[in-house]
Amino acid sequence: MPENAQPDLSEEQAKKLGISLEDYLLPTHGRIQMISESGELLSIEEQGSTPGHEYPMPTREELLAGYRQLVIGRRVNDQNYALVRQGRMAVYPSSHGQEASEVAAALCLSPRDWLFPTYRDTVAVITRGVDPVQVMTNFRGDWHQGYNPHEHNTSIQSTPLTTQLLHAVGMAQAARLKGEEMVVLGMVGEGGTSEGDFHEALNFASVFKLPVIFFVQNNKYAISVPLSRQTAAPSLAHKAVGYGMAGELVDGNDLAALLAVLGRAVKLCREGGGPYLVEADTYRIQSHTNADDATRYRHSAEVDEWTKRDPLHRMRTYLQNEGALTEELEAQYQDDAEQVAASLREAMGQQPDIDPLELFDHVYTVQTPQLAEQRAQLADELARESQTEQA
Amino acid sequence: MSKEKSSLTLAAALNAALADEMSHDDMVVVFGEDVGTLGGVFRITEGLSQQFGDHRCFDTPLAESGIAGTAIGMALGGARPVIEMQFDAFAYPAFQQLMSHLAKMRNRTRGHASLPVTVRIPYGGGIGGVEHHADSSESYYAHTPGLKVYTPATVEDAYLMLRYAIRLDDPVIFMEPKKLYWTKADVSLEELRHEFDRRWAQVETQRDHGEPYARANVARTGEDVTLVSYGPSVVTCLAAAEAAADEGISVEVVDLRSINPLDEETIIDSVTKTGRAVVVAEAQGFASVASELTARIQQRCFHSLAAPVLRVTGFDIPFPPPMLEKYHLPSVDRIMDTIDDLQWDDTPVDYSPRVAVGGRS
Repeated sequence: MPENAQPDLSEEQAKKLGISLEDYLLPTHGRIQMISESGELLSIEEQGSTPGHEYPMPTREELLAGYRQLVIGRRVNDQNYALVRQGRMAVYPSSHGQEASEVAAALCLSPRDWLFPTYRDTVAVITRGVDPVQVMTNFRGDWHQGYNPHEHNTSIQSTPLTTQLLHAVGMAQAARLKGEEMVVLGMVGEGGTSEGDFHEALNFASVFKLPVIFFVQNNKYAISVPLSRQTAAPSLAHKAVGYGMAGELVDGNDLAALLAVLGRAVKLCREGGGPYLVEADTYRIQSHTNADDATRYRHSAEVDEWTKRDPLHRMRTYLQNEGALTEELEAQYQDDAEQVAASLREAMGQQPDIDPLELFDHVYTVQTPQLAEQRAQLADELARESQTEQA
Repeated sequence: MSKEKSSLTLAAALNAALADEMSHDDMVVVFGEDVGTLGGVFRITEGLSQQFGDHRCFDTPLAESGIAGTAIGMALGGARPVIEMQFDAFAYPAFQQLMSHLAKMRNRTRGHASLPVTVRIPYGGGIGGVEHHADSSESYYAHTPGLKVYTPATVEDAYLMLRYAIRLDDPVIFMEPKKLYWTKADVSLEELRHEFDRRWAQVETQRDHGEPYARANVARTGEDVTLVSYGPSVVTCLAAAEAAADEGISVEVVDLRSINPLDEETIIDSVTKTGRAVVVAEAQGFASVASELTARIQQRCFHSLAAPVLRVTGFDIPFPPPMLEKYHLPSVDRIMDTIDDLQWDDTPVDYSPRVAVGGRS
């Protein structure tokens, strides 16, 4: 927070990495990719990183753990999509096709770090350890959000666009005030980068040199509006340089590259080199939500093209080729995913236990006289209703 | 420090309240535009940065949504932010954060997350400010469930209420009547501090967090008519009451202090006693706090009323330029005219919207 309390960290980081300040702040020319669409490991030259600034490959254990979450995430997305069609959930914004970005966002952080997700980031929230059934409360419609943000250092999913990035910045400020070491990751879509709060959040974080990672999932459409209507910049990662922070563009369907790039961003933030902007180049395979008809604004050829770049199949092929993913492990992961899906089917199939009088409980710490009166009014209506039913 | 009373301005009382809460709790932080080195354009934060360090009181980039949004994140992280919006209309870029998140976080998290944020907003006219510097925006906040809306009218209340606001776990929109910043009172800070400690001890034992300031203040007692008001208009009401007394009308003045929660009991008791009520506020009258008060008094005191509840508010226009604001703001004369219209005998009064019925001359 104090002005000029710290040296120019970008310059220091660049020096430490042995690259120019420009190379540090600007994204590399291509996007960072480590594993090809067909699951082959790319050569260092093909990975797109700046020479001398290459990313190390995540360990086999990290990739397996991530792959397991990809399997679960895909199952959750598809299960929820089906539950909405069956009328058992009100709405679901699926991240089908984006699961690698979702999983990497959660796995790059330690439990003491904080995550600030959007409404589409259910899979990231589940990967943080939040109970999937509780996460779905919002989409089922029995309460706005169902989980305690303090339990897994994961804020509730933000429906207003980009507002959560400022909360992420504030969380990092509070940690500094308390003298706690913490990295905060805020998620946003490419449409959200057009909102004023995006500018304010990046600017605040950079001015105060806070350890915040701004993670943009560029899935190409904000409901129906394409990327070309959100930005004229060469990439969203390029936006970082204007704020004096580093930006990197990564293949958002490549779990290995995501873990590597986000991993380095977290490390730099922990060392005091933040903030950091990471853009994931990805695609939303399904509609914005079930209420949307994506065929009205995009061609099936485009969807087919992106389906070939599926993050799940790519990682599966790679790990199988490496001999890391055995049939037993694959079966175990599928089983884990099936259990999560079953718990969702069961929970969403039941009528939730709702007390209408709870509506008045969480507005203020102490009910105002006006709310106490209104609560009594509803209680009276409910009592009369139940009498009528009994009669 | 001596117990001798000295002349304390409302601005100095607010400054002392901030300093005292920052001393009391290391997690209290003050930030906004110009609050650090300059000490705020109204000097409310003067010296805080020097006394507590610029990690506790600091200037931010010029971005109100950023100020409000980071305050929300800080509060979620365990801090107690007090943010300044500098001028009423400057808060509008922060509306999204205030309405969608500050007000609703407790509700959205089913009671798991509190946001103890105090949003200080200097508001209202009467200081000759140019456009966008004189709005009375309290109705927007009072309309939003989850926010508490406080507005002091005296030096003592300014000190005590700001300290309460900071200690509450609910977000408080703290509306500071900027034309009263230079109001003086002969009070000793030390006495105010004792008073705060005494009342806070009560709050803690009764577990009714801060509710003392859900109580309205009967600023002047009277028998014939009740003026219900808050913030800057309370002073105008007291002057009108003084003028009315010269004409033999005994006026009671109720200062709400807190708009939400609202102490209806004190209003009802007063209007039941006097049988006549005028609601006075600077803000535009249409769909306002004044409308709400009028409706409630009408409903609750119907059988005690000798006349309809009338209102004196600002006109439904954008706040006028400085040379014209005197025509807009509730004045002693306009309040007196309205008191005259309160059906004092059996002569039928025309209550259609209008030109003055029994205008004073």
